[in-house]
Amino acid sequence: MGSITKTNGAVNAQKVTEFIAKTVFTVCAVLAIFAVASMTVYMFAKGTPAFQKVGVAELLFGTVWKPTADPSSYGIFYIILSSIVGTACSIAIGVPIALMTAVFLTEVADKKISAIVYPAVELLAAIPSVIYGLIGLMVLNPAMYKLEKLIFAGSKTHQFTGGSNMLSAIIVLAIMILPTVINVSASSIRSVPKELRAASLAMGATKMQTIFKVTVPTAKNGIMVGVVLGIGRALGEAMAINMVAGGSVNIPLPFNSVRFLTTQLVSEMGYAEGTHRQVLFSVGLVLYIFIMLINLALMQIKKRNEEQ
Amino acid sequence: MDSRSLTNKQSRPGDVLLYAIVYICAGFSVLLLVGIIAYVLYKGVGAVNLSFLTSVTSVLKGTVGIAGNIVNTLLIIFISMIIATPISIGAAVYLNEYAKPGKLVTLIEFATEILSGIPSIIFGLFGMMFFGQTLGLGYSLITGSLTLILMVLPLITRNTQAALKVVPDSYRQGSVGLGAGKWHTIRTILLPCAMPGIITGVILAIGRIVGESAALLFTAGSAKTLPKTLGALFGKIFDSGGTLTIQLYLSATSEGDFETAFGIAVVLLIIVFLINLGTKRLAARFDVRRIAK
Repeated sequence: MGSITKTNGAVNAQKVTEFIAKTVFTVCAVLAIFAVASMTVYMFAKGTPAFQKVGVAELLFGTVWKPTADPSSYGIFYIILSSIVGTACSIAIGVPIALMTAVFLTEVADKKISAIVYPAVELLAAIPSVIYGLIGLMVLNPAMYKLEKLIFAGSKTHQFTGGSNMLSAIIVLAIMILPTVINVSASSIRSVPKELRAASLAMGATKMQTIFKVTVPTAKNGIMVGVVLGIGRALGEAMAINMVAGGSVNIPLPFNSVRFLTTQLVSEMGYAEGTHRQVLFSVGLVLYIFIMLINLALMQIKKRNEEQ
Repeated sequence: MDSRSLTNKQSRPGDVLLYAIVYICAGFSVLLLVGIIAYVLYKGVGAVNLSFLTSVTSVLKGTVGIAGNIVNTLLIIFISMIIATPISIGAAVYLNEYAKPGKLVTLIEFATEILSGIPSIIFGLFGMMFFGQTLGLGYSLITGSLTLILMVLPLITRNTQAALKVVPDSYRQGSVGLGAGKWHTIRTILLPCAMPGIITGVILAIGRIVGESAALLFTAGSAKTLPKTLGALFGKIFDSGGTLTIQLYLSATSEGDFETAFGIAVVLLIIVFLINLGTKRLAARFDVRRIAK
């Protein structure tokens, strides 16, 4: 009798342990949902008051940013535009370079050379963004300033920026998205079945024809994932471009000093007060919405790829 | 011989051009890394010496050093990882071992995916609003750490999940067949098998924290003093403290002290290099696929 009750006790104790373990693990997993939900709620709760105060159209499409002047003006249109233009241009420059590097790694280089290039790309991804910013500040900006003096020599309307301009930011962003796009594209190209290459070569196509007419087009869905990840990375980058893009809100022209959604937050959040601060939260909200759209697009693409 | 014969190798000018472009692009990526490393070392090595690493910048004493920032960085890593690691492992175990496909799992996977796509400046903004203001923690190392925990959760969760996935089902069946409960199986069989993956995730997360700046600027602040006693070290958790990256940013911008900035850049590059090497060694030594064989 005694031994049976003992066993029952042990079984019960085990049931309790199992229940506790399962509950704890579930709570850990649900935390991610909780984090995303509370972030979304906070971004909207803090980001919307300024829209009511300043007016949706005036805030989003206003072109004058004078938060501390009297009367103050909070137009963030150029900031939004700079972020879009900057991201688009960096993608236009970075993606072809990244794709060609991925082709080199997977199709052209022999194993020994890939074994050197691949870790280099990985290391490039691990370098902190402030170091990219520092080098941009010390190398890119002076070069840009020389170029600026050359191009705008004698111009009376141009505001000289000392090299802190849109172009520097685009170059830094293009470099920073390289590792992401290279890695994703390379693994996508690698997963193209060997038979396709063999068939193309057997038909008499050259290696380059095979790569660019067969292999890369077959891998295009995976490459797309890399590009969208790159867009997200470029749009969300803050510190590096804050160090090279200058400090005033302007139309995004190559030699203008510009502010992005992210750099606006980095440079003014520290001291902003009142409506100015609320408008910065709205800038954060605009960025958040952009990022969410990109994330959703990314998931859609991944889902489609899995179905295929 | 007819030059148009099938047996002759045809060379297409377009191919040569494509080869050239491919080589130039790949060369650019490598030279970029070499250039960055060489430039940082050239500019920064002179600033790095023992007193740079062990003292605090002080006008009174006339010293320039980053010891305070190193301590801040280590504290933030410690606090973040000690909280983020168990939570991430728990989440991964739930997703892999308990969850049945359904709405909850879809939602968790969705949230994890979203979380890993959010840029660090947004984490910083949220951390400042929620941990800093709502919870009243202000600019402090704990605010910064809590913010970073959200950021590294997906990273460790994914790595742990990947490691758990390759543990063969026969291990689970064997353990349950011998009468072990699920918790016992997880604790004694699954987690030890997944340990290399977990450690890789943890090291990657540490790397991410070391390089992080945007999420910390408005959460952990920028103070750089060094705590004098052990008690003060724990008290420091609730004080403002700038990490190495934050100090680099401030040195290069508002302070205009480029020597310090490059000195820190050298230190950061060395840390990043070691972390990179560490994860590689680990992955090679405990190849997770080895278990499955």
